[in-house]
Amino acid sequence: MDLLIEFFDTLKSTVVDVLPILSIILVFQLLVIRQPIPHIKQVGFGFLYVLIGLALFLLGLEKALFPLGKMMAEQLTATEFINPAGIADSALNWSYYGWVYVFAAAIGFSTTIAEPSLIAVALKAEEVSGGGIKANSLRIAVAIGVAIGIALGSYRIVVGHPIHYYIICGYIVVVIQTFFCPKMIVPLAYDSGGVTTSTVTVPLVAALGLGLASTIPGRSPLIDGFGLIAFASLFPIIAVMAYAQITHIRTRN
Amino acid sequence: MNQQLIIFFKALLGSCKDLLPIVLVIAFFQFAVLQQPMPNLGDIFIGLILVVLGLTFFIYGLEMGLFPIGESMAKAFARKGSIVWLLTFAFCLGFGTTVAEPSLIAVAAEAATVAASGGIIEATDISQNEYANGLRYTVAFAVGLAIVIGVLRIIRGWPIQYLILGGYVLVVIMTAFAPTWIIGIAYDSGGVTTSTITVPLVTALGVGLASSIKGRNPMIDGFGLIAFASLTPMIFVMAYGMVLS
Repeated sequence: MDLLIEFFDTLKSTVVDVLPILSIILVFQLLVIRQPIPHIKQVGFGFLYVLIGLALFLLGLEKALFPLGKMMAEQLTATEFINPAGIADSALNWSYYGWVYVFAAAIGFSTTIAEPSLIAVALKAEEVSGGGIKANSLRIAVAIGVAIGIALGSYRIVVGHPIHYYIICGYIVVVIQTFFCPKMIVPLAYDSGGVTTSTVTVPLVAALGLGLASTIPGRSPLIDGFGLIAFASLFPIIAVMAYAQITHIRTRN
Repeated sequence: MNQQLIIFFKALLGSCKDLLPIVLVIAFFQFAVLQQPMPNLGDIFIGLILVVLGLTFFIYGLEMGLFPIGESMAKAFARKGSIVWLLTFAFCLGFGTTVAEPSLIAVAAEAATVAASGGIIEATDISQNEYANGLRYTVAFAVGLAIVIGVLRIIRGWPIQYLILGGYVLVVIMTAFAPTWIIGIAYDSGGVTTSTITVPLVTALGVGLASSIKGRNPMIDGFGLIAFASLTPMIFVMAYGMVLS
Protein backbone atom coordinates (compact mmCIF):
# COMPACT_ATOMS: atom_id res chain seq x y z
CA MET A 1 0.00 0.00 0.00
CA ASP A 2 2.82 2.35 0.94
CA LEU A 3 4.49 1.37 -2.29
CA LEU A 4 1.41 2.44 -4.23
CA ILE A 5 1.38 5.85 -2.52
CA GLU A 6 5.08 6.29 -3.23
CA PHE A 7 4.47 5.30 -6.83
CA PHE A 8 1.78 7.94 -7.27
CA ASP A 9 4.00 10.56 -5.64
CA THR A 10 6.82 9.76 -8.08
CA LEU A 11 4.38 9.67 -10.97
CA LYS A 12 3.08 13.08 -9.97
CA SER A 13 6.53 14.65 -9.94
CA THR A 14 7.38 12.98 -13.27
CA VAL A 15 4.21 14.44 -14.78
CA VAL A 16 5.14 17.88 -13.42
CA ASP A 17 8.59 17.56 -15.01
CA VAL A 18 7.08 16.62 -18.35
CA LEU A 19 4.39 19.28 -18.32
CA PRO A 20 6.52 22.05 -19.90
CA ILE A 21 7.57 19.76 -22.77
CA LEU A 22 4.01 18.57 -23.29
CA SER A 23 2.57 22.08 -23.35
CA ILE A 24 5.22 23.31 -25.82
CA ILE A 25 4.44 20.39 -28.13
CA LEU A 26 0.69 20.96 -27.89
CA VAL A 27 0.89 24.74 -28.39
CA PHE A 28 3.05 24.41 -31.50
CA GLN A 29 1.10 21.47 -32.87
CA LEU A 30 -2.28 23.21 -32.47
CA LEU A 31 -1.42 26.87 -33.12
CA VAL A 32 1.49 26.75 -35.55
CA ILE A 33 1.38 23.45 -37.41
CA ARG A 34 -2.44 23.36 -37.11
CA GLN A 35 -2.79 19.72 -37.94
CA PRO A 36 -4.04 16.85 -35.87
CA ILE A 37 -1.23 14.72 -34.46
CA PRO A 38 -0.86 11.62 -36.64
CA HIS A 39 -1.76 8.37 -34.80
CA ILE A 40 -2.81 10.43 -31.81
CA LYS A 41 -4.06 7.45 -29.83
CA GLN A 42 -0.82 5.54 -30.21
CA VAL A 43 1.28 8.61 -29.38
CA GLY A 44 -0.86 9.33 -26.32
CA PHE A 45 -0.41 5.80 -25.04
CA GLY A 46 3.30 6.07 -25.80
CA PHE A 47 3.57 9.17 -23.62
CA LEU A 48 1.61 7.43 -20.89
CA TYR A 49 3.97 4.43 -21.01
CA VAL A 50 6.98 6.74 -20.88
CA LEU A 51 5.59 8.49 -17.79
CA ILE A 52 4.66 5.27 -16.00
CA GLY A 53 7.96 3.70 -16.99
CA LEU A 54 10.01 6.63 -15.77
CA ALA A 55 8.10 6.80 -12.47
CA LEU A 56 8.58 3.06 -11.83
CA PHE A 57 12.23 3.35 -12.82
CA LEU A 58 12.92 6.27 -10.46
CA LEU A 59 11.01 4.68 -7.60
CA GLY A 60 12.94 1.44 -8.05
CA LEU A 61 16.25 3.29 -8.12
CA GLU A 62 15.35 5.16 -4.93
CA LYS A 63 14.34 1.91 -3.24
CA ALA A 64 17.12 -0.39 -4.31
CA LEU A 65 20.14 1.15 -5.92
CA PHE A 66 20.66 4.70 -4.74
CA PRO A 67 20.76 4.07 -0.97
CA LEU A 68 23.12 1.14 -1.37
CA GLY A 69 25.29 2.80 -4.02
CA LYS A 70 25.58 6.02 -2.04
CA MET A 71 26.38 4.11 1.14
CA MET A 72 29.08 2.23 -0.72
CA ALA A 73 30.58 5.41 -2.10
CA GLU A 74 30.72 6.77 1.47
CA GLN A 75 32.19 3.59 2.95
CA LEU A 76 34.82 3.19 0.25
CA THR A 77 35.97 6.77 0.69
CA ALA A 78 35.79 6.74 4.51
CA THR A 79 39.04 7.09 6.40
CA GLU A 80 38.54 3.75 8.21
CA PHE A 81 38.51 1.92 4.90
CA ILE A 82 41.27 3.82 3.12
CA ASN A 83 43.60 4.10 6.05
CA PRO A 84 42.90 1.41 8.68
CA ALA A 85 46.47 1.49 9.94
CA GLY A 86 46.26 5.18 10.75
CA ILE A 87 49.11 6.38 8.57
CA ALA A 88 49.89 10.08 8.80
CA ASP A 89 48.01 12.27 6.27
CA SER A 90 51.23 13.38 4.64
CA ALA A 91 52.23 9.78 3.83
CA LEU A 92 48.86 8.95 2.23
CA ASN A 93 49.36 9.09 -1.52
CA TRP A 94 47.04 8.35 -4.42
CA SER A 95 47.85 4.62 -4.46
CA TYR A 96 45.93 4.11 -1.20
CA TYR A 97 42.69 4.74 -3.04
CA GLY A 98 42.89 1.72 -5.38
CA TRP A 99 39.40 0.38 -4.65
CA VAL A 100 37.94 3.84 -5.19
CA TYR A 101 39.16 3.91 -8.79
CA VAL A 102 37.90 0.37 -9.41
CA PHE A 103 34.51 1.28 -7.92
CA ALA A 104 34.39 4.52 -9.94
CA ALA A 105 35.06 2.68 -13.19
CA ALA A 106 32.68 -0.19 -12.40
CA ILE A 107 29.80 2.02 -11.30
CA GLY A 108 30.37 4.35 -14.26
CA PHE A 109 30.22 1.46 -16.71
CA SER A 110 27.24 -0.31 -15.18
CA THR A 111 25.04 2.77 -14.66
CA THR A 112 25.70 3.91 -18.22
CA ILE A 113 24.50 0.57 -19.60
CA ALA A 114 21.19 1.12 -17.77
CA GLU A 115 20.84 4.81 -18.77
CA PRO A 116 17.47 5.21 -20.58
CA SER A 117 18.43 8.24 -22.68
CA LEU A 118 21.51 6.44 -24.00
CA ILE A 119 19.30 3.47 -24.93
CA ALA A 120 17.08 5.91 -26.86
CA VAL A 121 19.94 7.46 -28.82
CA ALA A 122 21.54 4.06 -29.50
CA LEU A 123 18.25 2.66 -30.85
CA LYS A 124 17.84 5.67 -33.11
CA ALA A 125 21.45 5.42 -34.33
CA GLU A 126 21.01 1.76 -35.20
CA GLU A 127 17.80 2.55 -37.09
CA VAL A 128 19.23 5.53 -38.98
CA SER A 129 22.51 3.82 -39.88
CA GLY A 130 20.56 0.84 -41.23
CA GLY A 131 22.20 -1.46 -38.71
CA GLY A 132 25.73 -0.26 -39.56
CA ILE A 133 26.05 0.89 -35.97
CA LYS A 134 24.92 -1.68 -33.43
CA ALA A 135 23.00 -0.20 -30.51
CA ASN A 136 24.69 -2.48 -28.00
CA SER A 137 28.22 -1.87 -29.27
CA LEU A 138 27.62 1.86 -29.12
CA ARG A 139 26.36 1.59 -25.54
CA ILE A 140 29.37 -0.47 -24.50
CA ALA A 141 31.74 2.04 -26.12
CA VAL A 142 30.05 4.91 -24.28
CA ALA A 143 30.09 2.96 -21.01
CA ILE A 144 33.83 2.29 -21.34
CA GLY A 145 34.32 6.02 -21.90
CA VAL A 146 32.33 6.89 -18.77
CA ALA A 147 34.24 4.26 -16.76
CA ILE A 148 37.62 5.72 -17.74
CA GLY A 149 36.33 9.27 -17.24
CA ILE A 150 35.01 8.73 -13.73
CA ALA A 151 38.06 6.74 -12.63
CA LEU A 152 40.34 9.49 -13.90
CA GLY A 153 38.09 12.15 -12.36
CA SER A 154 38.36 10.40 -8.97
CA TYR A 155 42.13 10.29 -9.33
CA ARG A 156 42.06 14.03 -10.01
CA ILE A 157 40.10 14.68 -6.83
CA VAL A 158 42.57 12.53 -4.87
CA VAL A 159 45.67 14.28 -6.16
CA GLY A 160 44.00 17.68 -6.32
CA HIS A 161 45.03 18.74 -9.83
CA PRO A 162 43.06 21.61 -11.40
CA ILE A 163 40.23 20.26 -13.55
CA HIS A 164 40.81 22.35 -16.63
CA TYR A 165 44.16 20.74 -17.52
CA TYR A 166 42.43 17.39 -17.88
CA ILE A 167 39.44 18.74 -19.78
CA ILE A 168 41.59 20.76 -22.17
CA CYS A 169 43.85 17.73 -22.86
CA GLY A 170 40.68 15.73 -23.54
CA TYR A 171 39.53 18.40 -26.00
CA ILE A 172 42.84 18.19 -27.84
CA VAL A 173 42.42 14.42 -28.18
CA VAL A 174 38.86 14.97 -29.48
CA VAL A 175 40.12 17.46 -32.07
CA ILE A 176 42.82 15.09 -33.34
CA GLN A 177 40.37 12.16 -33.48
CA THR A 178 37.79 14.25 -35.35
CA PHE A 179 40.17 14.62 -38.27
CA PHE A 180 41.02 10.92 -38.51
CA CYS A 181 37.83 9.03 -37.72
CA PRO A 182 35.01 8.20 -40.19
CA LYS A 183 32.91 11.34 -40.78
CA MET A 184 29.67 9.47 -40.22
CA ILE A 185 30.28 8.90 -36.53
CA VAL A 186 31.38 12.43 -35.56
CA PRO A 187 27.95 13.96 -34.71
CA LEU A 188 26.85 10.82 -32.88
CA ALA A 189 30.10 10.75 -30.91
CA TYR A 190 29.65 14.40 -29.87
CA ASP A 191 26.08 13.62 -28.83
CA SER A 192 27.09 10.66 -26.73
CA GLY A 193 28.91 12.99 -24.36
CA GLY A 194 25.67 14.64 -23.33
CA VAL A 195 23.38 11.63 -23.01
CA THR A 196 25.45 9.60 -20.61
CA THR A 197 24.88 11.65 -17.54
CA SER A 198 21.30 11.60 -16.42
CA THR A 199 18.93 9.64 -14.23
CA VAL A 200 21.07 6.75 -13.07
CA THR A 201 24.62 8.02 -13.25
CA VAL A 202 24.46 11.51 -11.76
CA PRO A 203 23.24 10.74 -8.19
CA LEU A 204 25.74 7.91 -7.65
CA VAL A 205 28.64 9.79 -9.19
CA ALA A 206 27.83 12.91 -7.19
CA ALA A 207 27.87 10.83 -4.00
CA LEU A 208 31.27 9.44 -4.93
CA GLY A 209 32.72 12.88 -5.66
CA LEU A 210 31.31 14.35 -2.48
CA GLY A 211 32.55 11.40 -0.40
CA LEU A 212 36.05 11.65 -1.84
CA ALA A 213 36.29 15.40 -1.47
CA SER A 214 35.17 15.31 2.16
CA THR A 215 37.57 12.51 3.23
CA ILE A 216 40.78 13.61 1.59
CA PRO A 217 42.71 16.10 3.66
CA GLY A 218 42.92 19.49 1.99
CA ARG A 219 39.92 19.03 -0.35
CA SER A 220 36.69 20.91 0.06
CA PRO A 221 33.53 18.98 -0.83
CA LEU A 222 31.96 22.15 -2.15
CA ILE A 223 34.71 22.94 -4.62
CA ASP A 224 36.40 19.61 -5.43
CA GLY A 225 33.19 17.59 -5.36
CA PHE A 226 32.19 19.05 -8.71
CA GLY A 227 33.73 17.97 -11.95
CA LEU A 228 33.12 14.23 -12.19
CA ILE A 229 30.15 14.80 -14.48
CA ALA A 230 32.37 16.82 -16.82
CA PHE A 231 34.75 13.85 -17.07
CA ALA A 232 31.82 11.52 -17.70
CA SER A 233 30.63 13.71 -20.58
CA LEU A 234 34.03 14.10 -22.26
CA PHE A 235 35.47 10.59 -22.33
CA PRO A 236 32.54 8.90 -24.11
CA ILE A 237 33.21 11.18 -27.11
CA ILE A 238 36.76 9.86 -27.28
CA ALA A 239 35.60 6.27 -26.74
CA VAL A 240 32.92 6.36 -29.46
CA MET A 241 35.32 7.82 -32.03
CA ALA A 242 37.91 5.22 -31.07
CA TYR A 243 35.28 2.50 -31.49
CA ALA A 244 34.41 3.79 -34.97
CA GLN A 245 38.05 3.95 -35.93
CA ILE A 246 38.75 0.42 -34.76
CA THR A 247 35.75 -0.98 -36.67
CA HIS A 248 36.80 1.01 -39.72
CA ILE A 249 40.35 -0.35 -39.68
CA ARG A 250 39.07 -3.88 -39.02
CA THR A 251 36.67 -3.91 -41.99
CA ARG A 252 39.34 -2.48 -44.28
CA ASN A 253 41.82 -5.24 -43.51
CA MET B 1 -2.44 -10.82 -27.99
CA ASN B 2 -0.07 -13.74 -27.61
CA GLN B 3 2.45 -12.10 -29.88
CA GLN B 4 2.20 -8.86 -27.88
CA LEU B 5 3.00 -10.83 -24.74
CA ILE B 6 6.05 -12.41 -26.34
CA ILE B 7 7.33 -8.99 -27.41
CA PHE B 8 6.72 -7.68 -23.90
CA PHE B 9 8.64 -10.55 -22.29
CA LYS B 10 11.50 -10.11 -24.71
CA ALA B 11 11.66 -6.43 -23.76
CA LEU B 12 11.52 -7.39 -20.08
CA LEU B 13 14.43 -9.78 -20.58
CA GLY B 14 16.36 -7.01 -22.34
CA SER B 15 15.83 -4.69 -19.38
CA CYS B 16 17.06 -7.39 -17.01
CA LYS B 17 20.25 -7.63 -19.08
CA ASP B 18 20.66 -3.84 -18.97
CA LEU B 19 20.44 -3.91 -15.21
CA LEU B 20 22.64 -6.94 -14.59
CA PRO B 21 25.97 -5.02 -14.55
CA ILE B 22 24.83 -2.70 -11.74
CA VAL B 23 23.62 -5.63 -9.66
CA LEU B 24 26.92 -7.45 -10.16
CA VAL B 25 29.01 -4.38 -9.30
CA ILE B 26 27.06 -3.65 -6.13
CA ALA B 27 27.06 -7.28 -5.02
CA PHE B 28 30.80 -7.61 -5.65
CA PHE B 29 31.68 -4.51 -3.67
CA GLN B 30 29.31 -5.33 -0.86
CA PHE B 31 30.50 -8.93 -0.35
CA ALA B 32 34.08 -9.01 -1.59
CA VAL B 33 35.44 -5.54 -0.86
CA LEU B 34 33.42 -4.11 2.01
CA GLN B 35 32.61 -7.61 3.32
CA GLN B 36 29.20 -6.77 4.65
CA PRO B 37 25.83 -8.51 4.39
CA MET B 38 23.21 -7.08 2.02
CA PRO B 39 20.84 -4.84 4.02
CA ASN B 40 17.05 -4.86 3.36
CA LEU B 41 17.10 -7.63 0.77
CA GLY B 42 13.32 -7.45 0.37
CA ASP B 43 13.33 -3.74 -0.47
CA ILE B 44 16.18 -4.19 -2.92
CA PHE B 45 14.38 -7.02 -4.66
CA ILE B 46 11.17 -5.00 -5.03
CA GLY B 47 13.18 -2.01 -6.20
CA LEU B 48 14.94 -4.05 -8.86
CA ILE B 49 11.63 -5.39 -10.18
CA LEU B 50 10.30 -1.81 -10.39
CA VAL B 51 13.42 -0.67 -12.25
CA VAL B 52 13.15 -3.51 -14.78
CA LEU B 53 9.43 -2.85 -15.34
CA GLY B 54 10.03 0.89 -15.61
CA LEU B 55 12.79 0.55 -18.17
CA THR B 56 10.63 -1.80 -20.25
CA PHE B 57 7.66 0.57 -20.23
CA PHE B 58 9.91 3.53 -21.01
CA ILE B 59 11.45 1.90 -24.09
CA TYR B 60 8.01 0.72 -25.22
CA GLY B 61 6.61 4.23 -24.93
CA LEU B 62 9.68 5.73 -26.56
CA GLU B 63 9.03 3.88 -29.81
CA MET B 64 5.29 4.47 -29.62
CA GLY B 65 5.13 8.10 -28.53
CA LEU B 66 8.30 10.14 -28.17
CA PHE B 67 10.08 9.19 -31.39
CA PRO B 68 6.98 9.48 -33.63
CA ILE B 69 5.91 12.87 -32.23
CA GLY B 70 9.41 14.31 -32.60
CA GLU B 71 9.70 13.13 -36.18
CA SER B 72 6.19 14.08 -37.22
CA MET B 73 6.68 17.61 -35.89
CA ALA B 74 10.03 17.91 -37.66
CA LYS B 75 8.40 16.83 -40.92
CA ALA B 76 5.44 19.18 -40.45
CA PHE B 77 7.80 22.12 -39.86
CA ALA B 78 9.88 21.17 -42.90
CA ARG B 79 6.73 21.03 -45.07
CA LYS B 80 5.52 24.34 -43.70
CA GLY B 81 8.84 25.87 -44.66
CA SER B 82 8.81 28.59 -42.00
CA ILE B 83 12.28 28.79 -40.52
CA VAL B 84 11.24 31.43 -37.98
CA TRP B 85 8.59 29.17 -36.43
CA LEU B 86 10.92 26.20 -36.45
CA LEU B 87 13.62 28.15 -34.64
CA THR B 88 11.07 29.52 -32.16
CA PHE B 89 9.96 25.96 -31.46
CA ALA B 90 13.60 24.88 -31.10
CA PHE B 91 14.29 27.64 -28.58
CA CYS B 92 11.15 26.92 -26.54
CA LEU B 93 11.93 23.21 -26.46
CA GLY B 94 15.47 23.83 -25.22
CA PHE B 95 14.58 26.56 -22.74
CA GLY B 96 11.33 25.02 -21.50
CA THR B 97 12.71 21.56 -20.82
CA THR B 98 15.84 22.84 -19.10
CA VAL B 99 14.45 25.51 -16.82
CA ALA B 100 12.35 22.97 -14.90
CA GLU B 101 14.95 20.19 -14.97
CA PRO B 102 15.24 18.78 -11.41
CA SER B 103 18.94 17.93 -11.63
CA LEU B 104 19.70 21.48 -12.79
CA ILE B 105 17.70 22.94 -9.90
CA ALA B 106 19.71 20.75 -7.51
CA VAL B 107 23.06 21.71 -9.01
CA ALA B 108 22.17 25.42 -9.05
CA ALA B 109 21.20 25.32 -5.37
CA GLU B 110 24.47 23.57 -4.54
CA ALA B 111 26.43 26.09 -6.56
CA ALA B 112 24.77 28.91 -4.63
CA THR B 113 25.95 27.35 -1.36
CA VAL B 114 29.48 27.17 -2.73
CA ALA B 115 29.37 30.78 -3.82
CA ALA B 116 28.06 31.89 -0.44
CA SER B 117 30.67 29.95 1.52
CA GLY B 118 33.36 31.35 -0.74
CA GLY B 119 32.20 34.88 -0.01
CA ILE B 120 31.27 35.60 -3.63
CA ILE B 121 27.69 36.40 -2.72
CA GLU B 122 26.10 37.21 0.63
CA ALA B 123 25.23 34.15 2.71
CA THR B 124 21.54 34.99 2.90
CA ASP B 125 18.64 33.01 1.46
CA ILE B 126 17.61 35.88 -0.79
CA SER B 127 20.94 36.38 -2.47
CA GLN B 128 21.51 32.62 -2.72
CA ASN B 129 18.12 32.15 -4.36
CA GLU B 130 18.82 34.99 -6.70
CA TYR B 131 22.15 33.47 -7.65
CA ALA B 132 20.67 29.97 -8.16
CA ASN B 133 17.83 31.31 -10.29
CA GLY B 134 20.23 33.40 -12.33
CA LEU B 135 22.28 30.30 -12.98
CA ARG B 136 19.20 28.29 -13.94
CA TYR B 137 17.94 30.87 -16.42
CA THR B 138 21.43 31.28 -17.84
CA VAL B 139 21.71 27.53 -18.47
CA ALA B 140 18.16 27.31 -19.87
CA PHE B 141 18.83 30.21 -22.24
CA ALA B 142 22.09 28.55 -23.30
CA VAL B 143 20.30 25.28 -24.08
CA GLY B 144 17.54 27.10 -26.02
CA LEU B 145 20.20 28.86 -28.07
CA ALA B 146 22.04 25.56 -28.55
CA ILE B 147 19.00 23.87 -30.10
CA VAL B 148 18.46 26.93 -32.33
CA ILE B 149 22.08 26.79 -33.58
CA GLY B 150 21.83 23.03 -33.97
CA VAL B 151 18.61 23.22 -36.00
CA LEU B 152 20.05 26.00 -38.15
CA ARG B 153 23.07 23.79 -38.79
CA ILE B 154 20.82 20.96 -39.98
CA ILE B 155 18.92 23.29 -42.33
CA ARG B 156 22.06 24.84 -43.77
CA GLY B 157 24.13 21.65 -43.70
CA TRP B 158 27.09 23.17 -41.86
CA PRO B 159 29.68 20.59 -40.81
CA ILE B 160 29.36 20.02 -37.07
CA GLN B 161 33.05 19.72 -36.20
CA TYR B 162 33.95 23.36 -36.87
CA LEU B 163 31.11 24.63 -34.69
CA ILE B 164 31.85 22.26 -31.81
CA LEU B 165 35.60 22.70 -31.99
CA GLY B 166 35.10 26.46 -32.16
CA GLY B 167 33.02 26.13 -29.02
CA TYR B 168 35.83 24.19 -27.34
CA VAL B 169 38.30 26.93 -28.18
CA LEU B 170 35.91 29.45 -26.62
CA VAL B 171 35.61 27.29 -23.49
CA VAL B 172 39.40 27.10 -23.19
CA ILE B 173 39.86 30.85 -23.65
CA MET B 174 37.12 31.64 -21.15
CA THR B 175 38.58 29.21 -18.62
CA ALA B 176 41.67 31.41 -18.52
CA PHE B 177 39.59 34.47 -17.62
CA ALA B 178 36.69 33.09 -15.60
CA PRO B 179 36.90 33.08 -11.79
CA THR B 180 38.17 29.72 -10.45
CA TRP B 181 35.10 28.99 -8.31
CA ILE B 182 32.79 28.89 -11.33
CA ILE B 183 34.88 26.52 -13.51
CA GLY B 184 33.91 23.19 -11.93
CA ILE B 185 30.24 24.12 -11.90
CA ALA B 186 30.42 25.43 -15.47
CA TYR B 187 32.01 22.21 -16.77
CA ASP B 188 29.41 20.12 -14.95
CA SER B 189 26.48 22.20 -16.15
CA GLY B 190 26.99 20.86 -19.66
CA GLY B 191 26.21 17.36 -18.48
CA VAL B 192 23.16 17.90 -16.32
CA THR B 193 20.97 19.70 -18.82
CA THR B 194 19.84 16.84 -20.98
CA SER B 195 17.07 14.86 -19.34
CA THR B 196 15.65 11.46 -20.12
CA ILE B 197 12.63 12.80 -21.99
CA THR B 198 14.37 15.68 -23.77
CA VAL B 199 17.06 13.48 -25.31
CA PRO B 200 14.77 11.16 -27.32
CA LEU B 201 12.56 14.07 -28.40
CA VAL B 202 15.45 16.24 -29.54
CA THR B 203 17.14 13.29 -31.28
CA ALA B 204 13.93 12.45 -33.15
CA LEU B 205 13.54 16.13 -34.08
CA GLY B 206 17.06 16.28 -35.55
CA VAL B 207 16.81 13.00 -37.43
CA GLY B 208 13.32 13.89 -38.67
CA LEU B 209 14.49 17.28 -39.96
CA ALA B 210 17.57 15.86 -41.65
CA SER B 211 15.55 13.16 -43.39
CA SER B 212 12.90 15.57 -44.70
CA ILE B 213 15.29 18.22 -46.06
CA LYS B 214 16.75 17.37 -49.46
CA GLY B 215 20.48 16.77 -49.54
CA ARG B 216 20.80 16.10 -45.80
CA ASN B 217 21.99 12.80 -44.44
CA PRO B 218 20.19 11.81 -41.21
CA MET B 219 23.33 10.17 -39.86
CA ILE B 220 25.69 13.09 -40.51
CA ASP B 221 23.24 15.98 -40.11
CA GLY B 222 20.54 14.50 -37.87
CA PHE B 223 22.65 13.87 -34.79
CA GLY B 224 24.49 16.61 -32.94
CA LEU B 225 21.72 18.65 -31.29
CA ILE B 226 22.56 17.26 -27.85
CA ALA B 227 26.23 18.04 -28.39
CA PHE B 228 25.35 21.73 -28.73
CA ALA B 229 23.13 21.54 -25.67
CA SER B 230 26.02 20.24 -23.58
CA LEU B 231 28.50 22.81 -24.88
CA THR B 232 26.78 26.21 -24.68
CA PRO B 233 25.91 25.99 -20.96
CA MET B 234 29.63 25.82 -20.13
CA ILE B 235 30.28 29.03 -22.06
CA PHE B 236 27.30 30.86 -20.62
CA VAL B 237 27.87 29.78 -17.02
CA MET B 238 31.48 30.97 -17.19
CA ALA B 239 30.24 34.26 -18.66
CA TYR B 240 27.75 34.46 -15.77
CA GLY B 241 30.62 34.02 -13.32
CA MET B 242 32.67 36.70 -15.07
CA VAL B 243 29.78 39.18 -15.01
CA LEU B 244 29.18 38.58 -11.29
CA SER B 245 32.75 39.10 -10.21
